[in-house]
Amino acid sequence: MATQILLKNIDVPGLTDIHVYKGLGGYSALEKALKNFTPDQVTEEVKKSGLRGRGGAGFPTGMKWGFIDKQSEKPRYLVCNYDESEPGTFKDRYIGELNPHQLIEGMIIGSYALGAKSAYIYIRGELFYVIKIIEKAIQEAYKNGLLGNNILGSDYSLDLYCHPGAGAYICGEETALLESLEGKRGNPRIKPPFPAIVGLYDCPTVVNNVETIAALPWIITNGSAAYSAIGIGNSKGTKLISACGHINKPGIYEIELGLPVEEFIYSDEYCGGIINGNKLKAVVAGGSSVPILPAELILKTAAGEPRLMSYESLAEGGFKTGTMMGSGGFIVMDHTTCIVKNLLTFARFYRHESCGQCSPCREGTSWMEKILMRIEGGQGTMKDIDLLVNIAKHVEGNTICPLGDAAAWPVASAILHFREEFEEHVKLQKCPF
Amino acid sequence: MQENNKVPEFNSETLDLIAQLIKRYPEGRQKSALLPVLHIAQAENQGWLSPGMMDYVALLLHIEPIEVYEVASFYSMYNLKPVGNCVIEVCQTGPCWLKGAENIVAHFESRLGIKSGETTADGKFTLKTVECLAACGTAPVIQVGTEYHENLTPEKIDQLLDQWNAENKISHTNPYL
Repeated sequence: MATQILLKNIDVPGLTDIHVYKGLGGYSALEKALKNFTPDQVTEEVKKSGLRGRGGAGFPTGMKWGFIDKQSEKPRYLVCNYDESEPGTFKDRYIGELNPHQLIEGMIIGSYALGAKSAYIYIRGELFYVIKIIEKAIQEAYKNGLLGNNILGSDYSLDLYCHPGAGAYICGEETALLESLEGKRGNPRIKPPFPAIVGLYDCPTVVNNVETIAALPWIITNGSAAYSAIGIGNSKGTKLISACGHINKPGIYEIELGLPVEEFIYSDEYCGGIINGNKLKAVVAGGSSVPILPAELILKTAAGEPRLMSYESLAEGGFKTGTMMGSGGFIVMDHTTCIVKNLLTFARFYRHESCGQCSPCREGTSWMEKILMRIEGGQGTMKDIDLLVNIAKHVEGNTICPLGDAAAWPVASAILHFREEFEEHVKLQKCPF
Repeated sequence: MQENNKVPEFNSETLDLIAQLIKRYPEGRQKSALLPVLHIAQAENQGWLSPGMMDYVALLLHIEPIEVYEVASFYSMYNLKPVGNCVIEVCQTGPCWLKGAENIVAHFESRLGIKSGETTADGKFTLKTVECLAACGTAPVIQVGTEYHENLTPEKIDQLLDQWNAENKISHTNPYL
């Protein structure tokens, strides 16, 4: 059994109640941080732990904290990115729903390290039932002296609030999220300046994913060395993988980074193999944005090494034969799946979610969707396939935020690895599935 | 915008709630409360944001009406046209599609006698397709107000529709209450 940092107590009945959480040692990490560590020492611990941002980009968390402008006299903010919307990703939902105090404890520890006096949890509006659970937990934390003035008798004070989104994938991009938190459209900002210098209300701000924040109490309790002892290479600690699609056991799993992909898919401890004994066809390993890989390349790298669930191993081979860890949204497709139709649903998603600010993304996503509809509907031509590749190339890297890349990569990779299936649609003038 | 729109007014309980929400943000940053206040306003206005309601929200937050319109038209959870009492939102993105979301849409369409995007003649139901609801492991999934219904089958849909028909289900309730 892999070390459980995030899901350890998730099945304990009544865990959303502060007394149950405290009974399991909850909030002792916060007490330790406030009593034994200066804010900079907390940051140092997080740096040494090797924890990387779990929202998708995988940027080292402690380093991100280190960028915050402590010279500025403006207030500083910690904002939790709970805008979980990447297709295939449903891990954060359960943290807030089942263990809200772990998230709150992490928010207080992180805020203490950054010197924030106010912090926000920005959570997608569709998850209002989770907002209610977290807000109740926040109230309990206030009543128990864990939020508000002089937390646990220290001279540190913090206010924590939830803020609902209202349906916009783009608000998972951190500067769009900050715009949205300011009551505006979720249009990503041009960077630099980065939020660590000019963030919420033009103040120094750090934005971290739910899973990242929820790992903080364990790191403080057990120490950075214990955390970095788990994992492989520059992939330290554990990661939540939300597995879905054609597998016997969809759900969220906490893995130690470095687990072989084959074991993850076929072991009964995790996905339990492919449904109906079907053949594995393809996997999108890190949420809809990352390149799709055919069965042979997700199980083994092009060099024939076993592919591991780690940032480095999943990326091995670059975009020719590799993919990315992304958010950990693991979408499995069996041999009955039409790759073109699946891609069409992704293309529709990105067209719907493009904020419209940059022409390559606004026009490109819509164009790619239309061409894919044409191919799937049996009216495509061979030229359309090359046109898709060409459009994807011109969207990628030409936009303010990574949504353009996120829309382009699935198209480019599906054609790279499954070109014959696109051609078959054209030749047959219909979908063969 | 619309001349004939009656000026809405919230009751004191709702106004208190909004005042509490505004306090979550720094002085002078009351515009930050716009998204949560629009959720409330929509619930108080039969599930959609009329021009009159948006103007009222602008008044409450001391911002220009255009600042409300541009936000209301950006986010997919805000309805800018009237909807039925019960809005059924079916996720159709990849992971739900893999698990049969198209059959779910088709079943709703045949049971309700409407196409996706339409409202039944009696005003009881609106059917919509939406993008990823972050519940891919329990696909196919729908959202109705603040409720998620997961691992859907045609049989489950029949049960839900019978239940909602019987209780005259209203999906636009104030999410904070």
